[in-house]
Amino acid sequence: MNVLNKPLEIRTSPHLKSAVSTDQIMMNVVIALVPTTVFAIYAFGLAALLILSVTTISAVLTEHIYCRLNNKESTISDWSAVITGLLLGLTLPPALPLWMAALGGIASIAVVKLLFGGLGYNIFNPALGGRAILQAAFPVAITTWHPAFLADRFTNIPSSSLAWPFTTPAYDAVASATPLGNMKFNHIATDVTDMVMGLTSGSVGETSAALILLGGLYLVARNMMSWKIPVIIFLTVAVFSGIVHFFNPATPTPQFMLFSGGMMLGAVFMATDMVSSPVTEKGVIVYSIIIGIMVTVIRLWGGLPEGMMYAILMGNAVTPLLNRSLKSRVYGTGRKGGAK
Amino acid sequence: MNEPNKTFDATTFVKGLWKENPVFVQVLGMCPTLAVTNSATNGLAMGLATAFVLVMSSMLVSMLRNFIPKQVRIATFILIIATFVTVAEYLIQAISIDIHKALGAFISLIVVNCIILGRAEAFASKNTVGKSIIDAAGMGAGFTFALLCLGVVREILGSGTLFGLQVLGQGFEPWVLMILPGGGFFTLGAWLLLFNYMKERKAAKMQEVVA
Amino acid sequence: MSQTDMAQMIEAPKSWYMIRALAGIGLMCALLIVTTYEMTFETIKANKAEVLERAIFKVLPGSETKNIFEVNNGEVEKVEGETKNEMKYYAGYDANGQLVGIALEAAGQGFQDVVRMLYGYSPEKQAIVGMQVLESKETPGLGDKIEKDAAFQKNFAALDVSLDDAGQNLKNEVVFVKNGTKTNPWEIDGITGATISSKAVTAIIQNSASANMPVINKNLDKFKK
Repeated sequence: MNVLNKPLEIRTSPHLKSAVSTDQIMMNVVIALVPTTVFAIYAFGLAALLILSVTTISAVLTEHIYCRLNNKESTISDWSAVITGLLLGLTLPPALPLWMAALGGIASIAVVKLLFGGLGYNIFNPALGGRAILQAAFPVAITTWHPAFLADRFTNIPSSSLAWPFTTPAYDAVASATPLGNMKFNHIATDVTDMVMGLTSGSVGETSAALILLGGLYLVARNMMSWKIPVIIFLTVAVFSGIVHFFNPATPTPQFMLFSGGMMLGAVFMATDMVSSPVTEKGVIVYSIIIGIMVTVIRLWGGLPEGMMYAILMGNAVTPLLNRSLKSRVYGTGRKGGAK
Repeated sequence: MNEPNKTFDATTFVKGLWKENPVFVQVLGMCPTLAVTNSATNGLAMGLATAFVLVMSSMLVSMLRNFIPKQVRIATFILIIATFVTVAEYLIQAISIDIHKALGAFISLIVVNCIILGRAEAFASKNTVGKSIIDAAGMGAGFTFALLCLGVVREILGSGTLFGLQVLGQGFEPWVLMILPGGGFFTLGAWLLLFNYMKERKAAKMQEVVA
Repeated sequence: MSQTDMAQMIEAPKSWYMIRALAGIGLMCALLIVTTYEMTFETIKANKAEVLERAIFKVLPGSETKNIFEVNNGEVEKVEGETKNEMKYYAGYDANGQLVGIALEAAGQGFQDVVRMLYGYSPEKQAIVGMQVLESKETPGLGDKIEKDAAFQKNFAALDVSLDDAGQNLKNEVVFVKNGTKTNPWEIDGITGATISSKAVTAIIQNSASANMPVINKNLDKFKK
């Protein structure tokens, strides 16, 4: 029997068998990412198109070659490598040199996913793990932002994108700051409506909060995503940053926190990764609260303007612990669980 | 005590370099291996300092092996090792303050490097002085070789230089990750992969010959 | 004779062996350490002095010899040999014995850990003429640019720290500006990607200069050879 067509079980027993298979879920995630991706290409032009193609192709190729080298059947038809590549591309700055993007795609699949045993065994979300490796390796390139909606975005490729492999990119003079960077280093707040609509600068696919939420709603409607994770993350961030903002109005408002940076993209598409998030109800709640608190702490008091990536990776890291310590109560047993 | 085997040959030295390499095969002494190999110079200096302590303490342990009662041997070994670490620290300061600064606390931490205590316990306390020195020199050379391997890769990728000299063109974008602790893990993993791959291929070939 | 006594009879020489081994080896090790310490002491001292001297001559371009001063009970005094006082002024002189400037150490919180640096002040130019980081643990590739970045180092080739008319405060505070926007000689042009580290350096220099420049200028004659 083909492993791929087995029903996927993502929560603890008892399971109601559903007819949905891994590749169907994965394909729907890709569909949910379409609006965000299309908008990203519209906002950043050729640069975004190139980044997304390079990360997706490098991710899929890495998985295919790895399977071939190990004389296994190629697993690229389950769409998961496509999602990883696409998500990685969406989290990168638009004018990042393409060779770095390709390296990120390879690292995501090879180091973060396949070395841990492939789909279902990876501890960390592959796309975010790959991005973390890029962030550590090229800290300047990955924090140099490109403005959105340039007039020549469909005819001109930023010179940094085409930097020769392994060379330092030369940037076009027009670098711009993200809303989070402006907040942290220049204390300028960006209009929240602009951030919801996606009119600001930022990573390829994080700018339009509205379209990301639309994709999330689609997955929730098809019952292919846990709505609890993003909702609890948003609530935690809103409450925590709301309290801090109340006592110190110089800190960003809760609405700014929610709609800026990778908050939406991370909470909806990455924190909800079935493999690297907890399987029990209680685990999911604790996991989401940890992510919400961590991202707020990093953004408000850390040295970095954005903390969504590290917050989710930390959430991923505690997931095995949560799975073990916060087991669901077996039906019919006492609160302490002992009855046998 | 059994009369130690006095004969030794080239393998006493060479095994530490390759077949029983302390880092790549025994996977010992990981703390300095990962922490101070962010440049080839640091890797080499750390390797040599460790080799010095290893040879000197093995020699002394072997010389005194009939004088040390079994019950207090670990305490004496540590005492001897700590002494030579202190000596090494003074010598490094006398040679170069800059290297001393780069290696920092990791010089003192040679004391707890399990390779040294391991060789004292497993080899020097049971073998003649000459054989112990050669064994320790082989292990030290193997350790230095391994640290140099890591340092070279990390320095070239992480700063585009080798022993401080520019080797990759000016346009090279350094992979900062490689000089951070994370890069140490990645590089070590890659080297271990290479070593295990070579070992397996050799074993496969041997089997072919037999078959 | 009971069994325990028998055991003691056998044990007694054994514990003597142990004591003998530990004490003997301990003594030998102590001797070894003391000998090495004695043998390397002078070289290490010379090395350390040389490192410091190199740094002083680097932050005071043109200087070739130095004298050390410190403040005791509000008075600037020349120091010979060792003292416990941490805050020292290193006066550098050119080949003709003319005072080039005064180098001093400053430290403060960086991004990761305390950053220690040495900077040189030229009374003639009323400006800082050189800076070298002595110790920092800033992020490699980003924050550590405060040590290596040539453009950032250029900030300290002539950084204005002149005093106001009363001689009590800096006329203009040393301030941090974003990369590429330096217009005045008392501004420090930041490093892109290392904003926090370059801001930290600015704050350290500002704190140290505003505290020490009045003292140096008041006692300028004492520093001359």
